[in-house]
Amino acid sequence: MAKIRGAVVVNEERCKGCNLCVVACPTSTLGLQPKEVNNRGYHYAFMANPDACIGCASCALVCPDACIEVYKVREG
Amino acid sequence: MEEEIRLMKGNEALAHAAIRYGADGYFGYPITPQSEVLETLMLEKPWETTGMVVLQAESEVSSINMVYGGAAAGKVVFTSSSSPGISLMQEGISYIAASELPALIINVMRGGPGLGTIQPSQADYFQATKGGGHGDYHLIVLAPSSVQEMCDFVGLGWDLAFKYRTPAIILADGVVGQMMEKVVLPPQRKRLTDEEVKKRCPWAANGRTGGLAGRPRNVVTSLELDSAKMEVSNERFQRTYRLIEQNEVRFEEIGTEDCDFLIVAFGSVARISQKAVEMARKKGYKIGILRPITLWPFPTNEVSRLSEKAKGILVVELNAGQMIEDVRLAVGHDVRVEHFGRLGGIVPSPDEILEAFEEKFIEK
Amino acid sequence: MKEISIMDINDIIKPENRVYKKPALMNDNNMHYCPGCSHGVVHKLVAEILEEMNLVENSVGVAPVGCAVFAYNYVDIDWIEAAHGRAPAIASAVSRLYPQNMVFTYQGDGDLAAIGTCETIHAANRGENITIIFINNAIYGMTGGQMAPTTLLGMKTATTPYGRRADLNGYPLKIGDLLAQLDGTCYVTRQSVHTPAAVRKTKNAIKKAFQNTLDKKGTSVVEIVSTCNSGWKLTPAEANKWMAEHMFEKYPMGDLKNV
Repeated sequence: MAKIRGAVVVNEERCKGCNLCVVACPTSTLGLQPKEVNNRGYHYAFMANPDACIGCASCALVCPDACIEVYKVREG
Repeated sequence: MEEEIRLMKGNEALAHAAIRYGADGYFGYPITPQSEVLETLMLEKPWETTGMVVLQAESEVSSINMVYGGAAAGKVVFTSSSSPGISLMQEGISYIAASELPALIINVMRGGPGLGTIQPSQADYFQATKGGGHGDYHLIVLAPSSVQEMCDFVGLGWDLAFKYRTPAIILADGVVGQMMEKVVLPPQRKRLTDEEVKKRCPWAANGRTGGLAGRPRNVVTSLELDSAKMEVSNERFQRTYRLIEQNEVRFEEIGTEDCDFLIVAFGSVARISQKAVEMARKKGYKIGILRPITLWPFPTNEVSRLSEKAKGILVVELNAGQMIEDVRLAVGHDVRVEHFGRLGGIVPSPDEILEAFEEKFIEK
Repeated sequence: MKEISIMDINDIIKPENRVYKKPALMNDNNMHYCPGCSHGVVHKLVAEILEEMNLVENSVGVAPVGCAVFAYNYVDIDWIEAAHGRAPAIASAVSRLYPQNMVFTYQGDGDLAAIGTCETIHAANRGENITIIFINNAIYGMTGGQMAPTTLLGMKTATTPYGRRADLNGYPLKIGDLLAQLDGTCYVTRQSVHTPAAVRKTKNAIKKAFQNTLDKKGTSVVEIVSTCNSGWKLTPAEANKWMAEHMFEKYPMGDLKNV
């Protein structure tokens, strides 16, 4: 059966680590970097569980800083 | 419309002049003694002829901000009011000056302070010539003394405002606003098209020509949190003001060739003083008149030059002594400068002015 | 969406598979807003919609005084920065002088419902062909979290440190309802951006408002009940939750007027 696979690319320097994408993600794909920070000192968002992503773009929709790009394919 | 000779009030002349200049918009709020500006515009319905927008706003605060918006979009816009209304507009005027926008503001002054009176006054001289709102800025201040000048200064005000990208104000008094005189109205000029506006005002915020791939966005703002940049902006404003001071001083001299005394007066009072001077000459006092037409930039050099041979200077104003400060700055300390003014909306007669002159300068 | 066999994430992250990106009209300037601020989401929607509706060339935005004072730094259209509360007056003039333009204001609750109430009500009452985007987060963010006209009773702010009291501070102002009463408004709606579904709804609302403006139907108002997590002293996620639990009761979601 075809399976939807997604992925996100976070603009790490633009991200302010607000965590809203993590909360919005229905598949618990995203997390905030536990240790790493960007140049502005924020623990930026990243795909903690990349295999779970379904490319639904919920994270990108609620992201206040427009730092998430979303990709989506159907796996044959 | 061709050139036309008409009999009308100063306030009506302002309205007709604006339409004929090709104004794009007027935004105003009724207040005595200038409501005829808005009334005349509404009666003339220029939106049906030239396409000019006329809007009665909900307050002077809104009027001036509509002017700010129209000017920011590159259009030829103006407002008019009288003293209390002009006080309400000061915030907006400061924004217009700080955003380097061309706009025309008309103050047909009435007596203050506070709600004051509806009778004529010149007590807003300080407010108009020293900025008026917050911050370091100036308005170009034009002081008409006839209905013809009410008409002419509308065009002049806009010409100067666009030349220097700074607001201009016509500082008229209730006498000039309300009196009827013959006036030659100029022929109708065409309003600029939107394309012509974009060309004349490439800085204006009226839509990004060419879209995303077109010109960079235009932002009209007076805000700059970086002090270093804010200082640079202020220095630019000051350079403009120095340029205006160099180029745009306007004044009229009457009988100054042979005068022993000088009267400095503007607006309606300059005309009343003219009669007083005629009467004085019959009595053997040679008085000349300097009438500043631009109150800012003030004709400092001219006052200074004329003061050299003057035995005394009388500054006549419809206030408690405002322009006299600029006269004193211009002449230094060795010339006697006296003031005569009526307050509270009273306009002095020529006899009163002559009497004041004799009292202050002629030894009994 | 094409079907392929995936082994590697790099096979997914390809331009042809992209379903969401930052709108081109939103530039790369880092926004000054606090992390999690609703303003960013609404800015993004405005940029997306202007782009989708092909309105870059004839849009003029009017920015307020308040947190959104720098809106003009982020969305690449022509902007005019207004004095506090005066945005609707400015927008009225620009709209009348350029009737073909899509003119909108972007205002917060202090700007729109306190110092600018007069301008807002009269612009709406004249039925100016403008859109008013109204961010209602019940607090003054920019100046450090003081009481706004829309602050809820009991809500603690810097100027109501013991909570807003009706006898001391008056009542929360439901200005959206007030604007809906006016003959000049064609569309007044209250939305939020705290969930993906809410963001989609708000996008549709702003789109509808912009279309109304283009169609010269009168004044459209899109109130967006928002968070100010810094002012509310909550995390962004907690602020969203608090908003849904407390704000929506006073400011219910949905259309107040749709003519």
